[in-house]
Amino acid sequence: MDPILSLQHLKKYYATQKAVDDISFDIQKGSIFGLLGPNGAGKTTLLRMITGIFYPDEGNIILDGKTFNPSEDIAKIGYMPEERGMYKKMKIGEQALYLAQLKGLSKAEATEKIKYWFRKLEMETWWNKKVEDLSKGMSQKLQFVITVLHEPKLIILDEPFSGLDPVNANLIKDEIFGLAKNGSTIIFSTHRMEQVEEICDHIVLVNLGKKILDGTVQEIKQQYKENIFSIETDQIDSITDNPIFTIIKKEGQKVFVKINEGNNSNQVLGHLINNNNRIIAYNEVLPSLNDIFIKLVETTHATTRAFQNL
Amino acid sequence: MHKIWLIIQREYSTRVRNKRFLLVTFLMPLLMVGFLFGSAYLSSTGTEHRKIAVVDPNGFIKTSIKNTNQIEFVFPENIDTNNYSQKGFTDILILPQFDKNSKADYILRSKKSMGLMLQNSISEKINAAIEDQMLQEAGIHQNVLDSIHKASQFAELKAYEDKGGSVSKESNAGLAMGIGYASGFLIYLTLLIYGTMVMRGVMEEKTNRIAEVIISSVKPFELMSGKIIGIGAVGLTQFAMWIILITGLTSVGMGLLPADLQHQVSSLQQSNGQMAGTGMAQASESAMRIYNMQHTIATANWPLILSCFIFYFLGGYLFYSALFAAVGSVVNEDPQDAQSLMFPITMPIIFSYIITNMVTQNPNTPLAFWASMIPFSSPLVMMARVAYGVPSAVSYWELALSMSLLIGGFLFTTWLSGKIYRTGILMYGKKVNWKTMIKWAFTKQS
Repeated sequence: MDPILSLQHLKKYYATQKAVDDISFDIQKGSIFGLLGPNGAGKTTLLRMITGIFYPDEGNIILDGKTFNPSEDIAKIGYMPEERGMYKKMKIGEQALYLAQLKGLSKAEATEKIKYWFRKLEMETWWNKKVEDLSKGMSQKLQFVITVLHEPKLIILDEPFSGLDPVNANLIKDEIFGLAKNGSTIIFSTHRMEQVEEICDHIVLVNLGKKILDGTVQEIKQQYKENIFSIETDQIDSITDNPIFTIIKKEGQKVFVKINEGNNSNQVLGHLINNNNRIIAYNEVLPSLNDIFIKLVETTHATTRAFQNL
Repeated sequence: MHKIWLIIQREYSTRVRNKRFLLVTFLMPLLMVGFLFGSAYLSSTGTEHRKIAVVDPNGFIKTSIKNTNQIEFVFPENIDTNNYSQKGFTDILILPQFDKNSKADYILRSKKSMGLMLQNSISEKINAAIEDQMLQEAGIHQNVLDSIHKASQFAELKAYEDKGGSVSKESNAGLAMGIGYASGFLIYLTLLIYGTMVMRGVMEEKTNRIAEVIISSVKPFELMSGKIIGIGAVGLTQFAMWIILITGLTSVGMGLLPADLQHQVSSLQQSNGQMAGTGMAQASESAMRIYNMQHTIATANWPLILSCFIFYFLGGYLFYSALFAAVGSVVNEDPQDAQSLMFPITMPIIFSYIITNMVTQNPNTPLAFWASMIPFSSPLVMMARVAYGVPSAVSYWELALSMSLLIGGFLFTTWLSGKIYRTGILMYGKKVNWKTMIKWAFTKQS
């Protein structure tokens, strides 16, 4: 399948730093894509280039097979920025209508779609309220509706769940899955790793303006696995260090072991069976994305960026 | 283009539906017209009567002082500062024993303070009486004097401007000054009010972070120009409403005047201001005043003044509001920053206003010329000059040059501000000064 979005050697330098420094990756149609990175890694700059707010200094953006042309392609994109904004004094219905029309919908179309979404997310009574009357979570929901209203092919959500209670977060999560199923592609920018593991098909990790990780969640976990297995047994005391594996920790009925260089998981199992250990369960422990994230970001020696002279 | 139109509509409709806008739009003309008619009414009916006791040891002005229906001079016996009010006088005037050739002070004491106009009038009357007295002593007869006085009251200066050939038009410097001053002041006020309105609007979008949402749908320049045009349309609406309301209310106000007064005014209009003694003995003072006001106002070239006003209001507004928008886009949450960044924009407006005040009295100095060419001050200053007439005070080429410079000027400020705006509107947490803003404007931004 052709990628919906393809970034090729994108660069954007500011006066004091290389915000985005030669980043390339592809996003497949209909996938949920996670763009990860610590604060100040260059995520927002990258997203602003994809939404046409900034032009890249170098490199190409290919959207749907063609070079990205902001003034035309804007209607294909829905962007929900990290810092949400609304006109506080404007009525919610009018505001949604206005923003939808700016995306190119006709007034009738926009009204119909807003009504559909408001009904779906139980917001029908909000129409004549003002944004200043809404709680943070409520305005978040409104912002989500405004972002997806014009049925964009590419939906970009920057931290979509911040400020939402679990019920509403689930509501939005289901909508995201639904949109992806219907063929929209979703770019999801966050640093909440548990959500990424749950939602995303494919992730890219950026730090200091560079891409440091690219792949599906499973691939990455395989890539960063440390050959750790958990053995569940009722005789934990009889398991001891030996040439095949090293014990990391014991927890209740579980023993966590790391397989030593040159051995494999079957050899561990063989050793345990030979020792007459009764095994209840035997599992590989894959690293969480959180662990991988922290490990990678820390090895690049900067959690916050220093300013560079260019 | 379609999107700019949406932005203009939003900016316009949210502001026009605002309660404060409606209040100002409807109250202001009511106040103005009410004030006008109220003061006219008070001055015609509320004249106070002053009965002044005069102590004149020389008997110098007794024969020649003139009474009017407002001021009555009486020369009673046995009067002094202690008993004049008991004897029914409002004031007492004490003349010194004075030598005819030297200046002398006279003293007026009152229980009720006296207005400046009345004081001047009394002082004039006394001087005239003394003058008459002296002339009589020099051998001129009373009836000769009376006829001279009568004749001198008929002379009135009427200035005409020559329009080439035999055509000439009555001109009125006082009216020109008034129009120049009023339109200069109005443009001054609206530049500041609507300019800051644009700035606040931009700041609002930036601080509540909707700018990023909108800029992902429209270009920053479209957002900025939509806002400027929308708010400008609000300004024009307000002016149009004011003109309609003021003319409407004035004619209603005229209808409320007493019937005989209206009749006098209309017969004055028919006779072109000359009081032929046909039927009506004499027009009252207030009818004369109303007629004169109408007549004077009619001498101005209103279509020219109004179209120039609209042009210079719009031109000046576009010129300055773009700069205000640029300031709004770089300000962070702190309104203090806005204050200091606004200063370089408000200064030229205030200076122009000061220059306008000078130009209303003297429309053809070099200062007036240059200030009416430079786009920073031309919206105010040129209005003050145009009021004196085109082409008599301002030639056509001057007007054309000034207008083209203003158009060029606002195109430039819009371009400049557009560059600053697109960088500033998404930049948070950085304190910006004019130097950085200029740098943004002139370095290539992609």
